[in-house]
Amino acid sequence: MIAFVQGHYVYLLLVVLFLTGLYGMMVKRNLMKKIIGMSILQSSVILFYIASGFKDGATVPVLDPSLGVDYPDYYLNPLPHCLMLTAIVVAVVTLGVSFALIIDMYRTYGTIEEPLLLERMKDEE
Amino acid sequence: MIGPHIPLLIPITYLFLALLVPLLGWLRAGAAWAGAIAGAAFSFALSLAGLQRVLTDGVLHYHLGGWPPPIGIAFVMDPLSAFLEVVITGIGFLVLIYARRSVAVELPERAVPFASLAMLLLTGLSGMVITGDLFNLYVFLEISALAGYALIAVGGRRASFSAFRYLTMGTVGASFYLLGLAFLYITQGTLNMADLQRLLALQGGGVPVTVGILLILLGAGLKMALFPLHAWLPDAYTHASSAATSLIAPIGTKVAAYVMIRVLMITGFPPVVGGLAWLAAAGILAGSILAIAQTNLKRMLAYSSVANVGYIALGVCLAHPLAFTGAVLHILNHALMKAVLFQAAGGIAEKMGTLHLFRLRGLPARMPWTTAAFLVAVLSMVGIPPTGGFFSKIYLLFGAIETRTWAFVAVILVSTLLNFFYFFRVIEVSFFRPDQNADPKREQAVEGGRRDEMSLSMLLPMLVLAAAILAVGIGNGPIVDGVIARGVPGF
Repeated sequence: MIAFVQGHYVYLLLVVLFLTGLYGMMVKRNLMKKIIGMSILQSSVILFYIASGFKDGATVPVLDPSLGVDYPDYYLNPLPHCLMLTAIVVAVVTLGVSFALIIDMYRTYGTIEEPLLLERMKDEE
Repeated sequence: MIGPHIPLLIPITYLFLALLVPLLGWLRAGAAWAGAIAGAAFSFALSLAGLQRVLTDGVLHYHLGGWPPPIGIAFVMDPLSAFLEVVITGIGFLVLIYARRSVAVELPERAVPFASLAMLLLTGLSGMVITGDLFNLYVFLEISALAGYALIAVGGRRASFSAFRYLTMGTVGASFYLLGLAFLYITQGTLNMADLQRLLALQGGGVPVTVGILLILLGAGLKMALFPLHAWLPDAYTHASSAATSLIAPIGTKVAAYVMIRVLMITGFPPVVGGLAWLAAAGILAGSILAIAQTNLKRMLAYSSVANVGYIALGVCLAHPLAFTGAVLHILNHALMKAVLFQAAGGIAEKMGTLHLFRLRGLPARMPWTTAAFLVAVLSMVGIPPTGGFFSKIYLLFGAIETRTWAFVAVILVSTLLNFFYFFRVIEVSFFRPDQNADPKREQAVEGGRRDEMSLSMLLPMLVLAAAILAVGIGNGPIVDGVIARGVPGF
């Protein structure tokens, strides 16, 4: 059991992080808190890739003259990091769009609490 | 000369115009739309040429930056993706012509940003279909999704909230896709679709691969509004502007369905498709029944979209050549039908001032051409020959019969009756029923048959699409034999 936790603690942590984000998105009534949950969810996926790129004892993927290119095992796989650079950009843009929507809703209805918002929308009809 | 570059040029044209349109908009809003429509026409011509080349010379590969796959990103045009590319660019082109005028009426001060966002949406959708790399697909998925959220948000007062719900659901879907992809990448070490397909066929899956596939399918299901993950769709479609709905509804969810098709093809139709088929069947029935309960025309059409995504998913998950053909043909048919129906709904909202189903009395007299196009689309929706919808449903039905899944045969037949019910209700009201709560003066004006048709630039694309529904129905033989049959995977 302890060996399992020692070997997989990163993944266990990420599962907790993922579920925290999902919980925040589903249960919280405040739209801003939903967005915070969404951000946590995206971060957990990004960290999952980063964790997968890790290798014990390997170095950064920049050519080291003392190691040469004969042993690729000595270098980390840089691809997950590159992919996640793109995913981070996507996450930031999503955040920007959702903030714009929240600002628009606040200006129109004067609240970002979901139950109140729904109530005011209903009153409008 | 540009032949080998066609796969790259289609999304790049849209992306280039997404940046160029705001600059043109500085000069004049008209110039921005002229540029957007010209670009969409160019992309449509390119994808037709691409389909032509694929059919004569075989699959087109384009290696970005000259890096061969699996190291580099490849764009691949095979018969299936070339066919879908034609659907996307064609619908995009015709709907943009409609949208120019529709946006000028509905959202005059936001015309230029709308055109730019529409180009970004088409960049994402056309890129998703054409890419041969699963992570690249994620990037295009997010480009189209983000443009879609913004397009839906520029609508009525409630549009922002609908767009927000769509955004949260869509982002969860994309995150699930990305997480599932991580499982595939970590175990197989490749992101290239062809390479992954080869590796999976060679050494089989294992638990991590199955988990990855399930997560990807969950993500794609959220994006394509597969029942019971459809909650975001009706609100988003109802509260958006009619131009945005006409653009997103026909092709947005279909491309997510393509992601599902592609992932299932790569992984060789794992056993999970059995369960998915049941979800799809439930979606067909639930979507149709919920559509009956609606009184808003756009909302009814939105629920009908949920049902129709179910047809596509069901056809694919039956894992039989006939049903698969039906599903792919239904992507084309449903895109045409939904484009016509939502365009007609936009025109009705503009001219009649309401989308309430029971206040459409006098529609045929006021808007005869719109009604005619609407009727053609409805006949196709129900599945009456010689419209296109009949043939895709027949293929689905034969596929279900061949696989001896009688429950699905029953679902397809029952849903046809339900379709008949909720669409002919609209026709019954608009043609025959007296309007209870209309004032007598207005009543008289309607009775007098005052013509008040949509403007020509909105009417023409809709009529072309309605004619295309009939053309696909009549010419379904060549389309199926010449194009779709070549994209059907071996089962």
